[in-house]
Amino acid sequence: MRARIAAAALVAALAGCASTAERDPRDPFEPLNRGIYRFNDTVDQAIAQPVARTYRRVVPGEIRDRVRNFFGNIGDFFIGVNNFLQGKFEDGVSDWARVAFNTTVGLFGIHDIASDMGYEKHNEDFGQTFGRWGAGPGPYLVLPLLGSSDLRDGIGTGIDIYADPLGEVRPYHLQYGLWALRFTQLRADLLDASRILEEAALDKYVFQRDAYLQRRRSLVYDGQPPREKDDQEDKGAEDDKDKKPR
Amino acid sequence: MTKTRSLASAALVALFALATALPLRAQEVPPDQLVKTVTLEVVDLIARDKEIRSGNRAKLIELIDAKVLPHFNFGAMTALALGQSWNKATPEQKKRLTEEFRTLLVRTYASALAAYSDQKFEFRPLRAKPTDTDVTVQVRVLQAGAQPVPIDYSMEKTAAGWKVYDVMVGGVSLVANYRTEFNNVVRESGIDGLIKSLSTKNRTLDAPAAPTARK
Repeated sequence: MRARIAAAALVAALAGCASTAERDPRDPFEPLNRGIYRFNDTVDQAIAQPVARTYRRVVPGEIRDRVRNFFGNIGDFFIGVNNFLQGKFEDGVSDWARVAFNTTVGLFGIHDIASDMGYEKHNEDFGQTFGRWGAGPGPYLVLPLLGSSDLRDGIGTGIDIYADPLGEVRPYHLQYGLWALRFTQLRADLLDASRILEEAALDKYVFQRDAYLQRRRSLVYDGQPPREKDDQEDKGAEDDKDKKPR
Repeated sequence: MTKTRSLASAALVALFALATALPLRAQEVPPDQLVKTVTLEVVDLIARDKEIRSGNRAKLIELIDAKVLPHFNFGAMTALALGQSWNKATPEQKKRLTEEFRTLLVRTYASALAAYSDQKFEFRPLRAKPTDTDVTVQVRVLQAGAQPVPIDYSMEKTAAGWKVYDVMVGGVSLVANYRTEFNNVVRESGIDGLIKSLSTKNRTLDAPAAPTARK
């Protein structure tokens, strides 16, 4: 099964080599990436989206909130670890307080009572930790089935998955069931966003890539990234020169 | 003689004061207040409109046209999204580009609003000096079990009040995100090519049968 998916990805990737657009320096493997992107998109439209749409239609929003909270609670533990690794001790303590409250009073995490208590949920992972330590993103990558990534975040995602408590769950069929539920929930939450992407983009691949790179940069700096140099240059290229400098 | 002269000049002063006072009125609304008022008003209108809630897109777009668009500077947005290519465009091309980009952004904005209008908003206090003419207004969309999504409006003071020239959602600048796409198209098929692909895109979105995603 796995070999067949890999073979399909390879064929799709080779087909992608035909296009000869000028290369973006952030995306040296663009033809390969586009191939994998097309493969992912096919799988998404054939399987993931229909499943997610059915899930959203059949399961009431109230229950879906519980499912999202349950997996969110599992994630919070390593979000805390990553905050500690990034030297953000206050955030790390807050994340672990979330786990403590939500696992107990929140009944194994299905109720996010910690948010109501003022412990806000954070977004951290190993890719962001490496970024915080000074690692640049490296070349942009599209991973089979997992989608947009880059060299740094790809390694980070590997560790995220390896460290994930879900991997400890036995028997295996329960573990696989939980992974499937988690991805279905995730895909269902992204249905609106992906529809907006379809509508907004002239070239979905480029639009998603640029959004991913911007988003990750923002996350590494916790929403306060330093201004990029080319931003100012482009601003200077504008018509209204009388605009006051920042 | 002197009397009429002073009368005339008084009338002129009054006229002048009136003329300058009118655009000044618009400026008086501070940018963060403007964002808050408009957001809450639009969300409230959507919440109370059964037709929009049941998917009447044309009506939603009409609402956005009337309530939201006047506060956006689409000329500046298009110029920023095009970067260097903007200066090479003729006035006619600039006009068409701005129109098409505006239509595309409104369609996208309508979908986003329809999807997220049920969420709670948190309006952050503005961190700027009263003399600033370029500020960022921060709004956060709160959602159950997930990190809040920050929406930052880059706004600039103009003669007609504060205008939005970029929107950042979750750290992703809408304008910057279109830059690579636009430049790719311009490199391959010129500015007219970009106008054409934007208008083709807009027409597909306007087609009554909602595209693929709806299936």
